[in-house]
Amino acid sequence: MKLAIREKTDKAARLIFRMTGLMVIAILAGIFLMLLWNTVAFFLKVRAFDFITGSQWDPSGNPANYGMLPLLMSTTLVTFGAMGIAIPLGIGTASFLSDYAGKKLKSVLKPAIEMLASVPSVAIGFLGIVVLGPGIAGITGQSNGLNALNGAVLLAIMSLPTIITVTQDALEGVPNTYKEASYSVGANRWQTLIQVTIPAAAPGILAAVMLGVGRAIGETMTVLMATGNTSAFPKGFFHSVRTMTATIAIEMGEVPYQTTHYYALFAVAAVLFLMTLLVNIVGEHFVNKYRKYQAS
Amino acid sequence: MNEEQIKLAATAANLWFGRKQVLKNVSVAFPKNKITALIGPSGCGKSTLLRCFNRMHDLSNDVTIEGKFLLEGEDLYKGSLSATEVRRRIGMVFQQANPFPKSIYENINYGLKINDIPKEERQEIIEHALKESYIWDEVKDDLQKPATRLSGGQQQRLCIARAVALRPEVILMDEPCSALDPISTSKIEELILKLKKDYTIVIVTHNMQQAQRVADQTVFMYLGEIIEAGDTSQIFDEPGMELTKNYVQGHFG
Repeated sequence: MKLAIREKTDKAARLIFRMTGLMVIAILAGIFLMLLWNTVAFFLKVRAFDFITGSQWDPSGNPANYGMLPLLMSTTLVTFGAMGIAIPLGIGTASFLSDYAGKKLKSVLKPAIEMLASVPSVAIGFLGIVVLGPGIAGITGQSNGLNALNGAVLLAIMSLPTIITVTQDALEGVPNTYKEASYSVGANRWQTLIQVTIPAAAPGILAAVMLGVGRAIGETMTVLMATGNTSAFPKGFFHSVRTMTATIAIEMGEVPYQTTHYYALFAVAAVLFLMTLLVNIVGEHFVNKYRKYQAS
Repeated sequence: MNEEQIKLAATAANLWFGRKQVLKNVSVAFPKNKITALIGPSGCGKSTLLRCFNRMHDLSNDVTIEGKFLLEGEDLYKGSLSATEVRRRIGMVFQQANPFPKSIYENINYGLKINDIPKEERQEIIEHALKESYIWDEVKDDLQKPATRLSGGQQQRLCIARAVALRPEVILMDEPCSALDPISTSKIEELILKLKKDYTIVIVTHNMQQAQRVADQTVFMYLGEIIEAGDTSQIFDEPGMELTKNYVQGHFG
């Protein structure tokens, strides 16, 4: 009797878990199909080529222009700026943590970095408006500091925890025997780090950078708050820009249902999806390669 | 040992890992251009002692070292010698062959680069080091090959070449053959015997036959202390202590 009950609970549990698993797949497929469906609807009205290469985003103009190149360039500019700051800072911090910091300092620094990851993006955006913005404005003499540089700095801060953590794991995964070999021929810590440890950890560091890029491309709230949102073609770091994510967030709330503009926002989201997917695939690829290298 | 010139020595050395004492009042001397074997059961402090001489313990926290370590009378830990200088003068070959994940050429070039040896001289030094380590004939056709693709024995000879390329005065070897097959082992032993004329060699080994084959002097350690030291033949044939006799005859270990 008891055995029969146990058999039944086992069956029920299996059913429940299978359903939850399938549900996740269904949700993912649903999102993807919705994105695809609306994007196709948009491309029936506007040529994909014009959409990608058009240099004017003016959905409410007459005639309306759906050129997403300014948005694409804005996202690229802010992401590259963020990485320009976050990569050296991240690798430097990770190197310090893995090779230089003493136990005590490490036990403070490590949780602090992890806590940085849990600061909500809206709070960081707020920081951009009240601290960084006026700061940049003061230095450059502009009326406000809401521009690409502001967004890049904030995104750098947001992607730092990921980059630091993954890079540190990669550096600490380098076999100690390599370091010992380097020290045994008279190398100091710096030479060992630059010429032996970092090259050996390169795949892991590359993965860290890719994950950071993915984080920066997809981030919405911070850039929405900090970059000024001018939908003109970006002229540089000291000019206001409007990223793809910010555009979707701003316009989606006001656009009439199933108009060309509505479909256009889905098309932007689809391009964004493809970009983050690509970055994640490349990142995963290097993470896996790194794991294999570790195992051998 | 007194009549020979002492190259490397330790006097009244104590070492702790945290609170655990690993070396207890160790005094030992290694004669110049001789091979000295350090033997003793696992955990007796042989490798730990070896690593004191090229200051490898500097890299780990929690290590306390007392006593003197001398290279030709010069204190390795005090005075003008830096750790990197000490390591250049006292080379090391590790238990696991540990070539860098770089080409054969780069593996030796690295140490030369680090020590500011001019570019023009490097090619010749690399070739000489590879010849000196009896691996030249096996690798000369493709010096750009990744070192990790060499066999275990070749890798270990490459590591020896990496050490000798810097013309150290002493080479420390930490069980250099423990991961190798008998043929590779005999090649390395042959090499060690040939290196003796230019270098002072200290070799940690678990292999009694190996100690007898290569070493002029043998030092027997047990539980962090030196029990007995002397000519290899004396240690193995007429050991003065019961403990030494039991160990070299394989009664424990």
